[in-house]
Amino acid sequence: MLTGNLLWVLIGAILLGIAAGLNGTFAFLQKQSLVGDAAAHAALPGIAIAYLVTQQKDLPILMLGAAITSALAVYMIQWIVGNSKLKADAAIGFVLSVFFGIGIVLLTIVNQSGTGNQSGLNDFIFGKAATMAKSDLVWLSSSALLIILMCLLFFKEWKLMIFDPVFARGVGLPVERLRVLLTALTVLTIVTGIQAVGVILMAAMLIIPAAAARFWSNHLGVILVTSAFFGALSGALGTIISSVRTGLSTGPIIVLCAASLFVISYFFAPTRGFIAKSLKKKAFKQRNVVKEAVNHE
Amino acid sequence: MNEFWVLLTGSLVGITCGLTGVFLILRKTAMIADAISHTVLFGIVVAFMVTQSLSGFWMLIGAAIAGLLTTFLVQLLQSGGLQEDAAIGVVFTSLFALGVLFITLFAGNVHLDVEHVLMGEIAFVPWDSWEILGVSMPKAVWMLLIVLLFNILFLVIFYKEMKLSTFDSVFALSIGLPIVAMHYSYMTLVSLTTVAAFDSVGAVLVVAMLIGPAATAYLMSKSVVGMIVWSMAFGVMAAITGYYLAKLWNTSIAGMMAAMIGVLFMLVFLFKPHDGWTWKLFKRMKIKDTEVHVES
Repeated sequence: MLTGNLLWVLIGAILLGIAAGLNGTFAFLQKQSLVGDAAAHAALPGIAIAYLVTQQKDLPILMLGAAITSALAVYMIQWIVGNSKLKADAAIGFVLSVFFGIGIVLLTIVNQSGTGNQSGLNDFIFGKAATMAKSDLVWLSSSALLIILMCLLFFKEWKLMIFDPVFARGVGLPVERLRVLLTALTVLTIVTGIQAVGVILMAAMLIIPAAAARFWSNHLGVILVTSAFFGALSGALGTIISSVRTGLSTGPIIVLCAASLFVISYFFAPTRGFIAKSLKKKAFKQRNVVKEAVNHE
Repeated sequence: MNEFWVLLTGSLVGITCGLTGVFLILRKTAMIADAISHTVLFGIVVAFMVTQSLSGFWMLIGAAIAGLLTTFLVQLLQSGGLQEDAAIGVVFTSLFALGVLFITLFAGNVHLDVEHVLMGEIAFVPWDSWEILGVSMPKAVWMLLIVLLFNILFLVIFYKEMKLSTFDSVFALSIGLPIVAMHYSYMTLVSLTTVAAFDSVGAVLVVAMLIGPAATAYLMSKSVVGMIVWSMAFGVMAAITGYYLAKLWNTSIAGMMAAMIGVLFMLVFLFKPHDGWTWKLFKRMKIKDTEVHVES
């Protein structure tokens, strides 16, 4: 079953899952999850522009275009929030939908141009991990590896920046630059994943594993490892399932695997899970009842 | 005549979404609307699977349920200890993925392809008409009119209550307003608006139309009524200019309308007298200049 290309796809999906899981945890803790969503949608116009300008569909070129517009979108959200009375949610929603609209406009133009029909740019909307070419997978894997490496390198600095920015500044960390680096890495993660899972659902790869992992622990290290594991697991499961049944887009399946892991975490995680919490509440109530009964006597 | 119907549909989308969007911005729930516009797909697919028909009525019901489900799940996850942005992100991506999966599994051969849902096909609006009370108009126009009526009714009846629960929810709660029920009924309205609009213009434009004009109006006006008027005006402007530009460049109408919303916002954001970005920049430069004069 694991013949040549599928093995590569599997490796790519697992690496992507780990990268998104690690990076997503940092984004999650900074409450920037939906910014990732906007950045992912904003990758679409970049892809179309890169194709229109170069007339090529080599992955690195398209990835570069996507990275530029995604970064632009993130910057624009910060600019709007910083310079007007609009709140973050409105700015994110606005930037997301307008960039995606522009992307659709450009994509229509690409599809109408003579060569555009076969460009396969439409695949970027929902992803096509199971049928990716090997050269593209090499790009994906190396980019994912780079992200994983960076997350491990900057673990301590980001941890400090997220939990105590004032102290971080006090000990001389370049907090602003670290924040920019984290955003840049989020954009890189999104750009890496869009061909595999598509622009709409790439945000899920960043958000869901991190949110699920949060239920399992209060320690950043443990959360990171759990999140990376969830990401890798859903990437692997999703790829396998969608390769068994042809005609299924890979993106939605990967997301649904991640969502199942989230539901399991939500209910069954120890101490922070729903069941554990309900049991604790019940025990607390009972203890109080016993106490009251004793007091009455 | 066809052009007239397309323009009318676009303008109606602008008016309906503009009206609904105002309170989304004010209540800081813009991203829940984004989530709902994605999960409505799930509702429509499930409605199709249950009834095996694509009639507008069942689509509205399915969408309303999906919208309520989204709102409910987001609340549930939040009360379970998850921060709001992550809760929204988890819920809508999961339900959207489920919707896409259901489409490919069960509804692959009907008129429900995903691209249509995303981008809409406003150019095809005139070919699908309904006759109600002897008047024959495109189905999309009917649906939008009905939902617009709902919206207006809701706002006329509950305008005061909505305002109070938006700006001072603690006080509203203390005088006994059912703010939770109001939140849910408002979100139901948002989902109805979404589904009525997105049959013709697609999910992307719905989000743009719900958030964009209202956000622009928020910069323009300081009163709720003023904001509502501006918001609807911006929606219609974007729809009409977007249509003609799309025709000029022969590209996606819905996408172009979304792009025009962005252009309108940027114009206001950059050039609005007194508050605009360039205006402020200019003022800052002026202050610097005077300081230099004083020193010399």
